[in-house]
Amino acid sequence: MPKISIKAEIIFHLFGLAITNSMIASAIVFLLTVFVALYFKHQSTLKRKGNFYYLIKFFVKSIYDLFYSVLGNKTNVFFPLLFAFFFYILLENWFGLLPGVGSLLIKVTEGHEEVFVPLLRGNNADLNTTLALALISVLSIQFFSIKYLGIKKYLHKFFNFADPISFFVGILDILSEFSKILSFAFRLFGNIFAGEVLLTIVAFLVPVLASFPFIALEIFVGFVQALVFSMLTAVFISGAIAEHH
Amino acid sequence: MSTEAVKLLSVAVAISVGAIAPALGIGMIGSKAVEALGRNPEAESAIRTTMILALAFAEAIAIYALVVALILKFA
Repeated sequence: MPKISIKAEIIFHLFGLAITNSMIASAIVFLLTVFVALYFKHQSTLKRKGNFYYLIKFFVKSIYDLFYSVLGNKTNVFFPLLFAFFFYILLENWFGLLPGVGSLLIKVTEGHEEVFVPLLRGNNADLNTTLALALISVLSIQFFSIKYLGIKKYLHKFFNFADPISFFVGILDILSEFSKILSFAFRLFGNIFAGEVLLTIVAFLVPVLASFPFIALEIFVGFVQALVFSMLTAVFISGAIAEHH
Repeated sequence: MSTEAVKLLSVAVAISVGAIAPALGIGMIGSKAVEALGRNPEAESAIRTTMILALAFAEAIAIYALVVALILKFA
């Protein structure tokens, strides 16, 4: 059986901060995202635009139309955040499927013995990453809710002393905000990590050709999960900024 | 039974029992979406978006079971 580790492995220490393999991968994906964004910006100012520009523009436009059906005329306010979520998660998921990610090994000393660990790791197959994304998402939902409703109405949603039923509903609402963090984090982590495990096991059972349909499936899953993450954020935001009666 | 055997059994039970309800739920979501599509073909994109969202919610339950099973197996 191939060795499968549920947590990211530490590659080296930088000023006491443990740098894991998923952090290296996330740095690469982050630079890639910034590069694509800057290149797109540069292309948009040119007279003769390349195919790359139209490809990215097609993507942005389709995703914009999707969010428009949820958020309506407030789409422009939230679109930068939502598309950043979508694009970053999509690149992370697809980066994890590239050959070499997870299969290039490096020798590190762990305690007293030397072990081989992967140099790169699919970034969303690390719970820390997905938890960070989930925290950003849920905190921005609270932020937009306070911004659009005002602090008084925002607190009134959770602490309502009018009658016992609304009081308990308020407590349940507080709980549901915390469970959103967990469900965001575990959904993304579970899907991507399960994909990695599946690909490893299939490649171990049948070394040739059998992985292909599963890789195609994982490309689709990576897209759907990126879409679901940003779409759920959009739906929760639209619920959080709506007036209650 | 040895500890190892109980661990393996618990992995199998966690994922197999945990997958029953989401499987039923996803089936219902799919059948209802196709039904809605048959009644109102113009609303395809709205139905698709809503369906994928509902699928993600149902699938999340199975994923929780899977995470538990994976943690039991590999950690």
